[in-house]
Amino acid sequence: MDADDVRRAIWRMGHEIVERNHGLDGVVLVGLQTGGVALAHAFADALHEIDGASPPVGTLDVALYRDDIGIRPVLPEAVTEIPVDLDGAIVVLVDDVLFTGRTIRAALDALNAFGRVRAVQLAVMVDRGHRELPIRPDFVGKNLPTRRDEMVNVSPSGVDLGELVKDGR
Amino acid sequence: MAAPHQHLLSIADLDVDDLDQLLRLTDAFAEVSRRQIPKVPALRGKNVVWLFYEDSTRTRLSFEQAAKRLSADTMTFSVSSSSVKKGESLRDTVLTIEAMGVDAIVVRHGSAGVPWQVARWLDDRVSVVNAGDGWHEHPTQALLDCYTIREHRGQVAGLRIGIVGDIKHSRVARSDVLAFTALGAEVTLVAPPTLLPPNLDGWPVRVSHDLDSVLGDLDVVYLLRMQRERMTEHLVPSLREYTTRYGLTQRRVGALRDDAIVMHPGPMNRGVEISAEVADLPRSVIIDQVRNGVAVRMAVLYLLLGSGVDRVLGAAPLDADALLAAPLPEPAVEPEIEGAMQ
Repeated sequence: MDADDVRRAIWRMGHEIVERNHGLDGVVLVGLQTGGVALAHAFADALHEIDGASPPVGTLDVALYRDDIGIRPVLPEAVTEIPVDLDGAIVVLVDDVLFTGRTIRAALDALNAFGRVRAVQLAVMVDRGHRELPIRPDFVGKNLPTRRDEMVNVSPSGVDLGELVKDGR
Repeated sequence: MAAPHQHLLSIADLDVDDLDQLLRLTDAFAEVSRRQIPKVPALRGKNVVWLFYEDSTRTRLSFEQAAKRLSADTMTFSVSSSSVKKGESLRDTVLTIEAMGVDAIVVRHGSAGVPWQVARWLDDRVSVVNAGDGWHEHPTQALLDCYTIREHRGQVAGLRIGIVGDIKHSRVARSDVLAFTALGAEVTLVAPPTLLPPNLDGWPVRVSHDLDSVLGDLDVVYLLRMQRERMTEHLVPSLREYTTRYGLTQRRVGALRDDAIVMHPGPMNRGVEISAEVADLPRSVIIDQVRNGVAVRMAVLYLLLGSGVDRVLGAAPLDADALLAAPLPEPAVEPEIEGAMQ
């Protein structure tokens, strides 16, 4: 995917979000730190053009809710900020890549701390497979078959698939 | 990269990067504390024991609150109602607690060095946190002080900080001097000669016996608790005289710079080291210190017990690549990938 493909995918998914929710009433976009934050803002801009309404945008860092704390290094990377009360809101979680589903599992837990949401929907730019939990996205930019040891990099300029170089960081 | 830290015993074990990382990490826990439900499951299943050989209300409550917000289980070993009264040695007590299966022991003791001794007796699995040892150190207090200064003044580096009062008997002062100077502040100790340590060689500080002469230069005035016992030891003639020379009175506040803040580790003696009105001024950030204490202790417990960051406090900030590079378990069956949409 190049930059135009990413832009078109955001545009299409924006329409899908509006269609699914019959507008944007009660919709809150929550970008997952760190890859989903820029994407959530891109969705907010697209939704504003599509529907005229601007849903609130929040960010969520799920480090403290992960199930691999103590197995893999996990430090909170960025501060969580939820600008509105989530009681009764429809939360659209936004992330760049959906992989094992464990981040989303942690995010669902984390959302509980901010109130009882009406519904949670999931928007991802890339679904790369290899799920380890029964989690599926509602809005997908692209399904991208990958090997487990490949790395997917999503940025505004496009989506790259790279080999993971273990020693070369 | 700094050496791995399994314990938090002394500020001297932390370098500038460690301190910076801890303060940045504390932001994340301060945010958790502001949530509607201020509790995260990060330390679920971990067990923390309070081993307090000296009275403490606020430090123990603060640690307790921090552990609970991280979902850790806690136990209190209360010396007054325990077998210590029956003559059990410290070593036997520690080994008994360890055998029950704990992940961290938070120690306060009247003798300097006890947390080190406890750490030596324990196996590698258990972390020790120094919650105050004698007149020696109180590292988490220094960390919360640095965090509070950073919150109000942006950073610690370059500030002029005066620590006023009974330096000699203060573990808070020793940890604070280490932390403030490591982060690049200029520290002046202000006290009568009887309340200064007999030997200040190697302390990176200035010393003054005259509060009025330094007050106008300070960005932070850090007042220490003046303990009444010090009078019976004839270190000060009277509390009233102490207040006259070293108390932060309404009159002295007038000499402070507009943006100077006033700090105190608590509990305060209103009317002795700080006047009642001064303690309630907006520039007195004493309540913020207490609030930040919980977040700082969450960060410390999380780093020692939960982060999995190889027990390294000084590791570089993690990026997503590093997380992905860590080995993942291979699934038994390769899941099907759904067909592309459209």
